[in-house]
Amino acid sequence: MSNNVAKTDSTASGIGPVEGTPLYSVDNPAPVIEPPRKRTKKTGRATRGNFELYAWLFMRLSGVVLVVLVIGHLLVQLVLDGGVSKISFAFVAGRWASPFWQVWDLLMLWLAMLHGTIGLRTIINDYAERANTRVWLKGLLYTATVFTILLGTLVIFTFDPNIR
Amino acid sequence: MATPTLEKTDGGAEPGFADSPYITVTFRVRRFNPEVSAEAEWQDFTFEMDPKERVLDGLHKIKWDLDGTLTFRRSCAHGICGSDAMRINGKNRLACKTLIKDISPEKPITIEPIKGLTVLKDLVVDMEPFFQAYRDVMPFLITKDTNEPTRERLQSAEDRERFDDTTKCILCAACTSSCPVFWNDGQYFGPAAIVNAHRFIFDSRDEAGEQRLEILNDRDGVWRCRTTFNCTDACPRGIEITKAIQEVKRALITRRI
Ligand code: HEM
Ligand code: SF4
Ligand code: FES
Repeated sequence: MSNNVAKTDSTASGIGPVEGTPLYSVDNPAPVIEPPRKRTKKTGRATRGNFELYAWLFMRLSGVVLVVLVIGHLLVQLVLDGGVSKISFAFVAGRWASPFWQVWDLLMLWLAMLHGTIGLRTIINDYAERANTRVWLKGLLYTATVFTILLGTLVIFTFDPNIR
Repeated sequence: MATPTLEKTDGGAEPGFADSPYITVTFRVRRFNPEVSAEAEWQDFTFEMDPKERVLDGLHKIKWDLDGTLTFRRSCAHGICGSDAMRINGKNRLACKTLIKDISPEKPITIEPIKGLTVLKDLVVDMEPFFQAYRDVMPFLITKDTNEPTRERLQSAEDRERFDDTTKCILCAACTSSCPVFWNDGQYFGPAAIVNAHRFIFDSRDEAGEQRLEILNDRDGVWRCRTTFNCTDACPRGIEITKAIQEVKRALITRRI
């Protein structure tokens, strides 16, 4: 009988379950509480070579290099020699006149972008439950990364201090 | 029973029971019965208990004297079968190895099923995905020599020592179900499967270490580990799980680079 109650509930007739009648019974149990994604016999057969290994290693190696690059960058830009108020077009132009700073910024751009992208990929894998959501979020992420890296690289190499 | 062991008899001790070791405890149990409701809810049970008893004894008191519908797994009751891992006061423990006096019994003791696995009823979860990951690492001795051995496979004490820690696993799932990566993505092998792969990868008698490393090198393998240490904290056998995972990672890196 409570079978019927549950069925009426889902029809469009607008008749809800009778008050006080249990919705669920031994013959009509509620759905069990499932986690978002489960391991099955088919899981884990997607061989991708050593990609995950390299990604893991890259996070650590780029992290070590980034410590030097980022702290150096912050010191030069924001602390030493007059602090943040010295930054102007002329200051940037002066810095990029030297190949040393060009290489520094290029390296920082590529490493930070790739490091951040791989990190966000991990977070998307963690939190996006549906396969579709994952694909879209990662697509967006990779597009943004490629755009930013290419644009940044282009600017570092084609920067013209006499632009007006 | 005659020897009073508690200095204070505050809480529930009734007058005339001043010497009793019993205290009043509240078990706040996460109940779920799909035959009654789709919602899980908390239910409090308050009763008298010796603080030197274990959480499992409290669950028995509830099941046997207060509410026979309470459902949980236990078998050995002595910390070796791995049946009764549950989330006690927010930490994964074995109910049969957790003494009441160690978990602040003056406050309600919360008891929930382990996380990340399908809850079937009350504290019982579906362990199938957990055992699937275990099976996937091939947790048995594999040798290239297919002939039946004519003598014992001998091993030096040092070779045995190499994987001693990971032989202690009782497959209780306390580690895997404490791992935030597993909560979000149940496809991850999880610490327990890696521990049991480690047990064979570093066994000098086994010859399929390379295959197991390859399995754990995959998308849902060791590289998903974020070194959270939840597993090591949770293991009732005191296995250094995060270290074992790290050793598998190192073996993969040194072999491949
Ligand atoms: C300053 C030096 C840096 C160091 C030493 C460093 C180190 C690391 C390491 C070792 C990881 C891996 C964590 C894990 O797998 O458990 C990581 C993750 C991550 N990093 Fe960095 N990183 C640095 C800078 C950056 C920068 C500049 C960004 C942003 C562009 C960034 C964004 C991320 C993100 C999004 C993650 C993923 C977080 C997670 O896995 O939970 N990091 N970092
Ligand atoms: S490693 Fe420890 S916590 Fe994990 S299943 Fe084995 S005994 Fe349980
Ligand atoms: S009942 Fe066997 S481990 Fe607790």
